[in-house]
Amino acid sequence: MKWSEFFVTGEPLIYAADVSIVLTVIGIVFILTYFKKWKWLWDEWLTTVDHKKIGVMYIISAVLMLFRGGVDALLMRAQLTAPNMKFLDSQHYNEIFTTHGTIMILFMAMPFIIGLMNIVVPLQIGARDVAYPYLNALSFWLFFVGAMLFNIAFVIGGSPDAGWTAYFPLAGNEFSPGVGNNYYAVALQISGIGTLMTGINFLVTILKMRAPGMTLMRMPMFTWTILITCVLIIFAFPVLTVALALMTFDRLFDTQFFTMANGGMSMLWANLFWIWGHPEVYIVILPSFGIFSEVVSTFARKRLFGYKAMVGSIVGIAFLSFIVWVHHFFTMGAGAAVNSFFSITTMAIAIPTGVKIFNWLFTLRKGRIRFTTAMLWSLAFIPNFVIGGVTGVMLAMAAADYQYHNSYFLIAHFHYVLIAGTVFACFAGLHYWYPKMFGHMLNERLGKWTFWLFMIGFNVCFFPMYFLGLMGMTRRMYTYSAGLGWTPLNVVASVGAALMGIGFLVLCYNIYYSARYGERDMTGDPWDGRTLEWATSSPVAHYNFAVIPEVKDLDAYWEMKKSGKGFEMDEEKLKPIHMPSNSGRPFLISIAFFFAGFGLVFKWFTLAIIAAVFIILGLILRSFDDDDGYYISVDEIKRTERLTRKEA
Amino acid sequence: MGTNYHHETFPWKHIVGFILSLVLTFAALWIAFSSGLATKAILVGIVVLAVLQAVLQLFMFMHVTESDSGKIQTINMAYSFFIAIVVVAGSIWTMAFVL
Repeated sequence: MKWSEFFVTGEPLIYAADVSIVLTVIGIVFILTYFKKWKWLWDEWLTTVDHKKIGVMYIISAVLMLFRGGVDALLMRAQLTAPNMKFLDSQHYNEIFTTHGTIMILFMAMPFIIGLMNIVVPLQIGARDVAYPYLNALSFWLFFVGAMLFNIAFVIGGSPDAGWTAYFPLAGNEFSPGVGNNYYAVALQISGIGTLMTGINFLVTILKMRAPGMTLMRMPMFTWTILITCVLIIFAFPVLTVALALMTFDRLFDTQFFTMANGGMSMLWANLFWIWGHPEVYIVILPSFGIFSEVVSTFARKRLFGYKAMVGSIVGIAFLSFIVWVHHFFTMGAGAAVNSFFSITTMAIAIPTGVKIFNWLFTLRKGRIRFTTAMLWSLAFIPNFVIGGVTGVMLAMAAADYQYHNSYFLIAHFHYVLIAGTVFACFAGLHYWYPKMFGHMLNERLGKWTFWLFMIGFNVCFFPMYFLGLMGMTRRMYTYSAGLGWTPLNVVASVGAALMGIGFLVLCYNIYYSARYGERDMTGDPWDGRTLEWATSSPVAHYNFAVIPEVKDLDAYWEMKKSGKGFEMDEEKLKPIHMPSNSGRPFLISIAFFFAGFGLVFKWFTLAIIAAVFIILGLILRSFDDDDGYYISVDEIKRTERLTRKEA
Repeated sequence: MGTNYHHETFPWKHIVGFILSLVLTFAALWIAFSSGLATKAILVGIVVLAVLQAVLQLFMFMHVTESDSGKIQTINMAYSFFIAIVVVAGSIWTMAFVL
């Protein structure tokens, strides 16, 4: 690689991005220095092992990535609005749909979900932190540097351009000689390690750290979905790890795993990718089901209908998710027996999902429904997701899929399940749990504006795509001719995309507005909640629970309130609380990972090896670390509790 | 965590496990590169060594005998085998048309 090729050149859009990145960095450095916040940043955030702060950092990253992926989406819609547009050339378009897909799934949906689960799960099970707080910090920072490494590709070295699925042979050296797809392989690997550790961490947390009395069948539904999601992560992500490692070898060291010649098997990449990829979509949808269950139950003021059936169907979906992956490439040519098998297993997923839909509907039935913003997102989820699900069953029919495959019908389908499922859930969860994170509410009025703009925009954008697909418009085409008759529906879709963009801006304004003028939550239980997180103060004390609660029922906090006691705290019973110490090492190890990754991307092996030495050094230092944490004294707990529990 | 948690004075188990793992890995490397066996025999050889190493690591590093609950271990192992079979056999079945 020549130095003149190091920075991407030639496009006005790229230069504008360069300028905005430089200005943003200067702005951040200036603000931190001017307000003397560097030490605060280091002490409170970069070294923290507190699950709540890590969760907040995950969500901030996810919102930033939603912005990046959203800008990519708007650029694509701008290019496709009219036929024969010259706004983006084909190469630039390829790069943009690749980064849009990868970022939205791996760096937006995943961290948003993981952020919410970091904040909520320990609170819901009555724990003071996760099982491995240090590992949790490392998980976050690995995800973060992976995301940053992927995000700089478009200005340094060149963006990946082979689609978010990076199919071989296109993604191989022969057809993609630049460094773009090296970024894909390395950045996903680094953040994937972080995700795998999160899966292990939360599995152990949920199995081992529940409050006394909380049997598995008394766990809140969100915690149940996270438990099953962790199982999916633990079994699916190693497949991605291996596939990406083979890809890295192919690209950096000229091995021939996925090449066309020398015994390579390019289609095996697609096979391995989707063995991970299908469970992956359930990794982002199951927690969303959990969020909707909590929100629907709270705002219908009813116990969740069919709790056991819900648990059973989550387990069923998780089981089936591992035996459906071939439906992503029915057209590859595997033959009738293979396609029939995977077609049937895919359709079978509609059964447990249907059970869940009816459970939500029956929870709503005769409920005293309050139409809060979180509830609006959850109510809108049901019909929108059903549209996505039903078209999914259409795609599951292998023979028919030869028509739909890689058309805009597919694009519409997966946006209907991923946006109406995961994105709606993230927004619902954000509104619902916001007071637990920051101590104030998100403004409801602005929240409803976001909801209506985004939800209507979403339908206006994606519903026409079903018809565009049936009219023959295929995925990833960067322009089309006027005679095809696709123009009107494309214009409509672009209007919808713009509405979604405006909805997102209102959300960002809402975050700012609520921080300044938002209603403070003094009660800790603003929604009249049912589960244990509402028994804590808002924002939650560092140690979560001064005394660990006793759980007697499924809706533990609801039961405490109904029995007239509330969550009583006897000051005599307080004991010093053992908490983990902060550590800067996860952050520093992850920085080393960043440089190791950067070295691999450009084949600068000296840099990669030096950085790898620092990684190993970090692991060795950790092994000899004798820091067993510290104790919070009873006096300090009393002081904190008296401040936050005025009403009790 | 578990009640039977204790530190040994020196981690002999881990050292022995580590050395045995290295031996098994280099044996696989030797079979593949320098043994001169037929391809089928090489494949059988390295698969056998891989299974041996997996079992070894389960006992030496993965605390398979130290759990409070045998039930969790059994479910865990059974599910792992199921996924491994799905991934390997499923891939072979799916990709058979290009083999």
